[in-house]
Amino acid sequence: MMTGLEDLYREIILDHYRSPRNRGELPEPPAHRTEGFNPLCGDEVVVYVLVDAGTVADIRIAGQGCSISQSSASLMSAAVKGKSVEQVRDLIRTFKSMMSIHEARLEEGDGEDGAPGEPVDLDSLGELAALQGVVKFPVRIKCATLSWNTLAQALDELETAGVS
Amino acid sequence: MTGPLDVAAVKKDFPVLAQQVHGHRLVYLDSAASSQHPQSVLDAMDDYYATTHANVHRGVYSLAEEADRRYEAARLAVGRFIGAPQPQEEVVFVKNATEAINMVAATWGRANLHPGDAVLLTDMEHHANLVPWLMLAEERDLELRWVGLGDDYRLDLDDLDRLLDGVKLVACTTMSNVLGTVTPFAAIAAAAHDAGAVVVADGAQSVPHLATDVGALGCDFLAFSAHKMLGPTGIGVLWGKAELLEAMPPFLGGGGMIRDVRRDGFSPNVLPWKFEAGTPPIAEAVGLAAAVHYLEAIGMDRVHGHELSLLAYAQRILAERFGDDLHVFGPEGTEDRGGVLSLAYRDVHPHDLSQVLDQAGVCVRAGHHCAKPLMRRLGVPATARASLYLYNEESDVDALADALESAGRLFG
Ligand SMILES: Cc1ncc(COP(=O)(O)O)c(C=O)c1O
Repeated sequence: MMTGLEDLYREIILDHYRSPRNRGELPEPPAHRTEGFNPLCGDEVVVYVLVDAGTVADIRIAGQGCSISQSSASLMSAAVKGKSVEQVRDLIRTFKSMMSIHEARLEEGDGEDGAPGEPVDLDSLGELAALQGVVKFPVRIKCATLSWNTLAQALDELETAGVS
Repeated sequence: MTGPLDVAAVKKDFPVLAQQVHGHRLVYLDSAASSQHPQSVLDAMDDYYATTHANVHRGVYSLAEEADRRYEAARLAVGRFIGAPQPQEEVVFVKNATEAINMVAATWGRANLHPGDAVLLTDMEHHANLVPWLMLAEERDLELRWVGLGDDYRLDLDDLDRLLDGVKLVACTTMSNVLGTVTPFAAIAAAAHDAGAVVVADGAQSVPHLATDVGALGCDFLAFSAHKMLGPTGIGVLWGKAELLEAMPPFLGGGGMIRDVRRDGFSPNVLPWKFEAGTPPIAEAVGLAAAVHYLEAIGMDRVHGHELSLLAYAQRILAERFGDDLHVFGPEGTEDRGGVLSLAYRDVHPHDLSQVLDQAGVCVRAGHHCAKPLMRRLGVPATARASLYLYNEESDVDALADALESAGRLFG
């Protein structure tokens, strides 16, 4: 493999890309369906989430995209299933701060050891930490966060609707 | 045409191409998005800033007069480059091709299109030649009609006469930025004029690569951007027939575009300044003129000939090395075609493809290329697009093929 790319295309990522977990749809209702778009590249993700008694009881992912957006969605689905909505929101926050490290650096003038944002507890992310290499490829950050933003939106919609 | 292009010499004129990316020679295959600059363009802009800068049109001191002279000389150079009969009046400097088309929609369109009027577009258009018309259609309740795309990646003109019946405006690209297809624009324009329509040419892709003559094209308006033809960003051109421009209301209001302003109104300036409100991109005009001179010195026929021979080489090499694993969205062969190769490689996503290519120093563009209706028609969300220009050579195509092979291994 060429230098640098191994940071991006970790084995876990390629595995989730080739065999995505929780792929498909859920009947709605009771599930809730939210679409997300990456307007830059046309990638789209559809998140079906079933919230029951404050817990993400089930989740399915549909749509199309690159290896980073697809594997991130797959990893996300595995990570959030069975967790409470509160835990899921925490996880979304942690994941997104891992993904925002580079943005902080860009503003600093791209210094290698520029000021990072809040320290991110990578251990709490488990397999998801495999996606941290994405921050070295800034244009791909949006690919990695697409499904997360879509899930966050789904949870917001459910909250507004009074379901969780 | 006086023999083939000396690419090695051309390359030396482009300082950006001398650099290394990730330890590899930079292989720039994204000129359809934006092209690189010869030293002469950079020098012309530097010299303008170092020796001449002042605001145009308003100064009587020699510095300002020289700025004015260079700015207006650029207009004449651009006019000559596209065969404009009255360059002094008809060449309007704008920000880019997008602004040029928006200007036509906002001025000619608002003055001439009324509820129920029909506008004919094609499935090949860039968003720049779609969204302004969609916006106007919404505002004015216009009927939009579409020329479809054939399976040969060319416009399907079988129905053209029916589609043109009663149409007020036709907006069509001269060359697709996704497929490389050169459209039969002159024939479409002739038929459109017979039907009484006004014709807008989106020349953003063809003007940089093909000899252009607005008379031969038969358009009423032509839009293009400097940054795709070796010039700087921040300047583009709207060419329009003088009588149409004359009859159009102004676009932006402000300094420079007026003849007189009173408390109760204004009268607009004469062409072309009527459409150039505010301080224009002067250094950019100077850079564009230098780009035009560079292209003219080489000759557009030679530029195009070079691109076509490189395109033929790429088509052959890619077919030999990848066979059915690689699909090119675009007409086969080199007839009515420019050097654009929109690729699908196995089921590797275009983003992943361009990421792997970047590691080998190969710059291609992944995405929908601002042509979402066309992508829908092609049935893909995105492609990886390699585009050729005068500074590309066979070794660039080889580097592309080698990098594609690495991508294939990675995503195997
Ligand atoms: C066919 C076509 N039309 C219009 C445009 C818009 O050009 P600009 O972004 O410079 O306004 C482009 C460039 O992407 C193009 O390829």
